[in-house]
Parts: sequence; structure tokens; C-alpha cells
Amino acid sequence: MTAATTPLHYLSVADAASALSAGRISSAELTEAVIARAEAVEPRLRAFLSADPALARSQAQASDARRAAGGCRGPLDGIPIGLKDVIAARDQPLTAGSRMLEKFVSPYDATVTGRLREAGAVLYGRHNCDEFAMGSSTENSAFHPTGNPWALDRVPGGSSGGSAAALAAGEAVATLGSDTGGSIRQPAALCGVVGLKPTYGRVSRYGLVAYASSLDQIGPFGRTVEDVALVLQTIAGHDERDSTSVGAPAEDFAAALTAPSAPRRLGLPREYFGEGLDPEVAAAVEQAVSYYRELGCEVREVSLPHTPYCLDTYYVLATAEASSNLARYDGIRYGHRCAEPRDLHDLYFRSRAEGFGAEVKRRIILGTYVLSSGYYDAYYLRAQKVRTLVRRDFLRAFEQVDALLTPTSPIPAFRRGEKADPLAMYLCDIYTIGVNLAGLPALSIPCGFNRAGLPVGFQLIGKPLGESELLAIAHAYDRAHQWGRRHPNL
Amino acid sequence: MDRSELDLDALARLARLALTPEEKATFTRQLAELLGHIDRLSQVDVSGVEPSAHAHPQHNVWQDDKARPGLPPAEALRNAPAQRDQMIVVPKVVE
Repeated sequence: MTAATTPLHYLSVADAASALSAGRISSAELTEAVIARAEAVEPRLRAFLSADPALARSQAQASDARRAAGGCRGPLDGIPIGLKDVIAARDQPLTAGSRMLEKFVSPYDATVTGRLREAGAVLYGRHNCDEFAMGSSTENSAFHPTGNPWALDRVPGGSSGGSAAALAAGEAVATLGSDTGGSIRQPAALCGVVGLKPTYGRVSRYGLVAYASSLDQIGPFGRTVEDVALVLQTIAGHDERDSTSVGAPAEDFAAALTAPSAPRRLGLPREYFGEGLDPEVAAAVEQAVSYYRELGCEVREVSLPHTPYCLDTYYVLATAEASSNLARYDGIRYGHRCAEPRDLHDLYFRSRAEGFGAEVKRRIILGTYVLSSGYYDAYYLRAQKVRTLVRRDFLRAFEQVDALLTPTSPIPAFRRGEKADPLAMYLCDIYTIGVNLAGLPALSIPCGFNRAGLPVGFQLIGKPLGESELLAIAHAYDRAHQWGRRHPNL
Repeated sequence: MDRSELDLDALARLARLALTPEEKATFTRQLAELLGHIDRLSQVDVSGVEPSAHAHPQHNVWQDDKARPGLPPAEALRNAPAQRDQMIVVPKVVE
């Protein structure tokens, strides 16, 4: 479908930006189309936890007025962008998918939200997610599940499932999610869109509800690799309000997409193509590999020998950090407080019991255990050492290749309720977790559909702060295939 | 690793979580299963390996010691479950 015949709510950021700058459409029209689309599909899809159409309309009008006065702020000016409900926007709800924060209203903007505002984006839609971003299906939301736009009885992935589903369904032109163990890349794969987890520290976490702070990272979803590059260059860059923010300035990632360069060397980690990988997913990923070979890339097998330990390392470190981070929800300063507490202890114990769902409690308890006296060395300290080994594996592989290519998820979208066992759900993230442990940039790019019509994605993993090269490699495939521009029949 | 001493009451106390008997039973079973998986970490040779708290080595990061505007009291208290005279109300702490 050409840009001229694409419904407005399915335009890419780049196409919408050129239509806006040519005066073919206004931000008001584009925003109205996205709002109308959301009103049409939300009763079935349920990707939103809240939305403020009136505020979006006023931001769109302001954008049109700016543009008419010659003050356009760049490619995101007037573009409707939605946020996962773990990213603060001043005066808007911020629930993190939890009863604990059901009535919370943000007193300030996250740094990424502020940067989107400065770029003129129209903020519309706060997206459903697993509670406190803990999950791989969005079923852990305390409020309701979200459907997969390609099959409503299936999950959109998680934890940023609402942000992936909203984009795939045309309820936004781009969205932001967060990724601690795969929470951007896995839902991107399951919903047929592009999702990027930047290098740890590339994007400020100020104003992001904390889950596991040494792993959490905010990143964009888009229909194309070009779109995620455009959003990344707006939200990236140093922020003194996040002490883990790296000093590297935001680059012109979009310009780097088409920069001429030598054919790249791609590595296929053999540990990522073994048992548990769905054959149709494997076949679609294999076709993407073949395309890179046709482009003249050198493809070779590499090994990341500590891969079998990534999941265990992650569940020690992430739950330990979560048990500490979530101690702030004590029913005192904000968040849920139980009725008629007998004393301070009763207030803590019951407020937390009533405010948190099962998965959050499970992770807090596990995190408390691995940090507790007598177990700290055996679990937490040991996991931190294995983390060092996992990162070394990746850095050694990058001595031979420019990027690693893997499946994003071992399976396509599964049915709601299918993975009731926690360990079965955790295994959904086996190909994405190592990247978080090592702090690397990685993205999921759609590479086709299985016979049941469910999207499949592959993952490209890059060197630390190597987003420009990573995005260029991803773009070489994406511009020739454009799977993310296909629309679900919804 | 011996899991016989997996004491959910003690863990719930440390985590300030009131758990129902059903939750305790479920979590005990699930934690034993998860820890059984996690115990595979003991197979890794980590001798001489430095632990990583973060993916990238991070050392002290300082901010300039400058006063700057913060949230006004009404904004800071906006989400407080109970408040009076610009203060958060809590149950009596000292008898």
C-alpha cells in the first residue's frame, strides 16, 4: 500500500511527517483519525488504561498553529505518540498496571515525556502492561488483559503489550515502552511491529516506574526501523537526573540508516537456535538470514556459552532489585492504603497485600529470599558474577561480528491463559534476557507470518552504544520487506 | 541447595507482605520450583570473576551542589492517602 492510500492511522512517522510538512494533512486530522480508530477498536482490544482525547486535540491544534507560523519543531511535531503506563506524564494517571497506583496522578514529566513534548509530539493513550512491568503477556495487568490485534484471543506479549498492540492496531503512530528482560522486543515480535531496546543508559529512566533498575530501559515501538530511529534520536541523550545516564550525545540515528558502509558481518549464536524454538519461527528467521547473505553480508556461527544461565541470573538480579525498589510502596506517601489500619505495621502489611497482584508478590518474595542473610553469596553475588561472564561472551562475539541475529521469541503469540505456570512464562524471554544483563542495544524486526497468520520477528543485537550501526543493519532488511506496515483485520 | 527451611512467614515478614494461607502454599511450591531452576547457577565457575552491579562500569556520579526548585508542597502531597496541614497522616508510631 502506498502512503497516499494508507489510512491516516496506519501512516509511519516518516510518512506522516512528510505529509504534514507538505500540507497534505494537518495534525488535527491525523490525531482525529487515531482517536476515531481507538474508539472503534478499544472495546475489543483494550490496549489502553486511559486516554485524554481533549488534551490530544489541543496539542494537535497547537502543532498546526506552530507549523503555520513557520515554527515546526521537527519530524515528531504533530505526531500522535502513546506511552506505556509506567512512564510519567504530568497531570496524567500513572498506574503501572497496578491497584497500588490506581489513583496516582503524576506530579511531573519523565525526561522522555518532556523531550517528546519539546519535539511537538501529540501525547495520546496510556497503555496497558503487566503489573510493574513484570510479565510477558500483559495478563498480569490488575485491570484487564489486552488482545493481540492479529488474533484477539491471543496475548500481545509483555510487559509492554498495550504499547505494541496499540501501534499494530493504529491507535498511535509510534509508542514508547520499557524493557527489563525483553518487554519491548517480545511484544514487538508478537504484534508485528519494530521495537528497540537501547543501550543501558542511552535513554534517561527519570520518571520511569522502577522495576529492576540495573536492567530497565525505555525504548520506542514503530512500524519501521526508520520510525524507531526518529523517536530514539528525540528521547536519547544525557540526563543529569538519571545517574546511570551515559554521557554519549544523541546521534542523528535516522541519517545513519542510509550511510554507505561495507557489508557487515553477522553472527548467529548457536545457543539461540536450539530446543524449544518453534519451526515456523525458525524458518522465518532463516529467511531473514538468507536475505542478509544476498546483500553480501558474511554470516557465521558464534557461541555465547553462558546463555543457558541467563534466565536464572536474570530472575535473581531482577527480583532482588524489585524487592528493594518496591519497598517504596508502603501506603504512606502515595499509593494504596488499607482501610482502618490498627497500627503502622498493619498499614504496611495490608496495604501491600491489597495493592500488589500475585506475580509482583512472587517476585518480591523471591527477591527477598536471594538477598537474605545466608543466601546472598550463593544467589545474588554469584548471579552478579555470572552477569560479568554473560557480558564477556557478547563482547568476545563482537570481536568477530558487527551484530548478532537471533529469533526474538521462541514462539508466536500464545493463547490467553495458556501459560499459567510462572516458569513457562519466564521461558518466553530466553532470547531477550541476555541483552539486558549485558546492557546492549537490540531490536526486534518483523519478518513475516506463520500459517495461522501470526507475526514473527527476529532480533538484532549490537555493540554498546552501537545503535547507529545496528539500526542501519536493521533498516537494510526492513526497507526491502516492510512487514510492519501490514495491518491486522480488526 | 537444601530447601527444607524455605520459611514463607519469615520472608513475608521481611517483605512487609500479609499473605493468605493459600498464597503461602502456592508461593512455597512455586519458589521451590524456581529455586530448583536457579540452582543451576552453582554449575558456573565464577572463581576470580568480578561481580557486575551494572552492565557498564559505573563509579560515583556527582551532581553540582546547587539549590534548585522542587515540587511545591501541594504537588508533593497530591497523591498522599491522608493529609492534614501539609503533612501526611499516619497511625500513631510511638506509644
